[in-house]
Amino acid sequence: MSGARGSALAILRGQIERIETAEIVHQRDRVALGHSEADSALKGGLARAAIHEVFCEGRQGAAATGFVTGLAGRVSARRPLLWVRQDFSEIETGALSMSGLAELGLDPRRVVMVRAADVESALRTSADALACDALGAVVLELWGEIRQFDLVASRKLTLAAQGSGVTGLLLRMAAQPLPSTAETRWMLRAAHSPPGSVWSAWGAPVFDAELLRNRHGPCGRWIMEWNCDECQFSEPSTYPQPVAAAPAHRQDPAVLQQRRAG
Amino acid sequence: MIHALDEAAERLGLYIGQPLANARAMCPDLRVFDADPVADAKTLSDIADWCDRFTPLVALDPPHGLFLDITGCAHLFGGEAALLQTLVRALARQGFAVSAAIAGTSVCARTLTRQATGTIVADGGEAEAISPFPVSALGAGEAITTGLRRAGLKTIGDVASREPHEITARFGARFSTLLAHALGQGDAPINPRKPLPDYIVEKRFAEPIATDTMIAMTLSRLADTLIASMEKQGKGARRLEAAFFRTDGVVRAITVETGRPVTRSAVIDRLFRERLDALADPLDPGFGFDMVRLSASRTEIVVQEQRDLDAHVHDNDELAALIDRIAARIGGKRVVVHLPQDTHIPERAVWSAPAQHHLTAAMQAEWPVRTESEPPLRPLRLFDKPEPIKVPFATVPDGPPHQFTWRRALHAVVRVEGPERIAMEWWRQDGKQLTRDYFRIEDAEGLRFWIFRDGLYEGEVFDGDGKPASPGWYVHGLFA
Repeated sequence: MSGARGSALAILRGQIERIETAEIVHQRDRVALGHSEADSALKGGLARAAIHEVFCEGRQGAAATGFVTGLAGRVSARRPLLWVRQDFSEIETGALSMSGLAELGLDPRRVVMVRAADVESALRTSADALACDALGAVVLELWGEIRQFDLVASRKLTLAAQGSGVTGLLLRMAAQPLPSTAETRWMLRAAHSPPGSVWSAWGAPVFDAELLRNRHGPCGRWIMEWNCDECQFSEPSTYPQPVAAAPAHRQDPAVLQQRRAG
Repeated sequence: MIHALDEAAERLGLYIGQPLANARAMCPDLRVFDADPVADAKTLSDIADWCDRFTPLVALDPPHGLFLDITGCAHLFGGEAALLQTLVRALARQGFAVSAAIAGTSVCARTLTRQATGTIVADGGEAEAISPFPVSALGAGEAITTGLRRAGLKTIGDVASREPHEITARFGARFSTLLAHALGQGDAPINPRKPLPDYIVEKRFAEPIATDTMIAMTLSRLADTLIASMEKQGKGARRLEAAFFRTDGVVRAITVETGRPVTRSAVIDRLFRERLDALADPLDPGFGFDMVRLSASRTEIVVQEQRDLDAHVHDNDELAALIDRIAARIGGKRVVVHLPQDTHIPERAVWSAPAQHHLTAAMQAEWPVRTESEPPLRPLRLFDKPEPIKVPFATVPDGPPHQFTWRRALHAVVRVEGPERIAMEWWRQDGKQLTRDYFRIEDAEGLRFWIFRDGLYEGEVFDGDGKPASPGWYVHGLFA
């Protein structure tokens, strides 16, 4: 790398650094998820006043929904939750069931559901809702690859979230992760229940969560269990299955200091 | 048969109700169009919409009449004569032949339109005004009119000169009431198309407005005025209607509803902006609107709350305002809250109610408490309609399957919990429902399903010959 190019890069990094410090005011407000490794990668927990994306394959929709519900339960802190979804996702993976939500330990009384007919009105509604500081979190549930959700739309949501302090959670089912302004990006798969006696109580939601992108820290992949009684994530007590190591390109903190942007 | 005709045809001696063949014989080059009563009714209702500009109390008098209750409205148009002239001229310009009259009672006014259009009869002058007219002008029906003529009672005055009990004995109580009303003795109430709004403000323009900015500005000014007049009586609006009167007579009305009474004009302004933005067929100004009316058709008394440091109350207000805005944009039925229902049937356990009307109830609803340290017993995602799955075999007739095919993919069952038997509610009258045995299932991939067998083995499901058949299997939901 030539010297001139290196210094140009350094200047650009400096500029990005300055742009990003504006966000830092809100970023201190983080909510611990309960899973210690994930929390340390997230520098203490999931940032409020930001957008987080959760991707999954089509058939993993329910697992990703569970994960998003868990995140929403953590960040919303007894404030109302607005869940925006498009009609199509209900046909594909079923409607969000309030009985099921209650079984996860969350309060259905605080959920207001918006049944948007199409993507445009869903996006517009969530941008509006993210600007309303009475809410704890806004979940936007979208199905499939969506042309309308580009960087501009993503930036709009991020700005709205920063302005109001509301956390935005995007549930993207049957979609490929693409660049966006999200604070974190996850890939979700269902994980097996811990092995053991078939008749022991199995069925607590277990997720294979891969943190694909983390704007302010390393990525990783963990098995996370949702504890319905305490309403938080945790490490599964017995889980001998090997878990994939964190990606090599994002693990050294020194490297991270240089690569904040992107 | 002739349903309606124009003046030229009338001069030729044709009449309504005449067989078409007879009419053709009298006038071979008669131009005939099929009658379309539906379109006629639509036109009449459009004219009634247009007439809303004069008074909010407009009633239909089918097949081709309209009643306008102009009590207290005439002075706004420069008196009764000026109002009548404006109305007739404007409708004539739109290509309608109009006969109009003003009188103290609706029946009298209707009688006048048939004989003396343009007449204005002062209170008390009804009997005198209509007595020279033939009895047919009362519109009492063919039999009665003929009967009156046969009795030698040619004019309304003749009939009125008789004793009322004689008329009643001969022609029935209905006719004598009609006559009394026509003569100004009592009045039949008219049946306005729309309920009278609680508050109305409107703005007329000498020069029609067409631009979006002007429309928005007008609406926000009207909102200010409306709020000011409601505030005096401590009211807030729950339903608002904005009506846009186009110069060519088309009227477009747009309604917004709110979850709680609105007391700030900025809120009204924003709701209408959202609504206008989201209209599938946008407001078409054509040659411009010459009048805009904003009315509050449902209002409520606003309890002035002490706004102390209770942030919770404030939050709820903000949430209600957000719900109103979203509802104005995408429709009130699309924003829902959830109320638990007292039933075991999974698909009926929750009622999704419009958030605008049920927010408070939903916030205070009592949900069943989940059992501590149990895994979730109900799925997080529930299919509206259970989806059929293919189950090749089950080792035990009553047991769970070992594998199943759902949406063309084969799932091997690794873990099972169940059955949980849910019997249908026999007291409901919607067909015979089978008992369901639900299983929680985890497949080799870790995906979790809630499946059920529809019907008991050898108990509820039979084939065509009455022999026991194997029941169907369905996926009803997905666990996280």
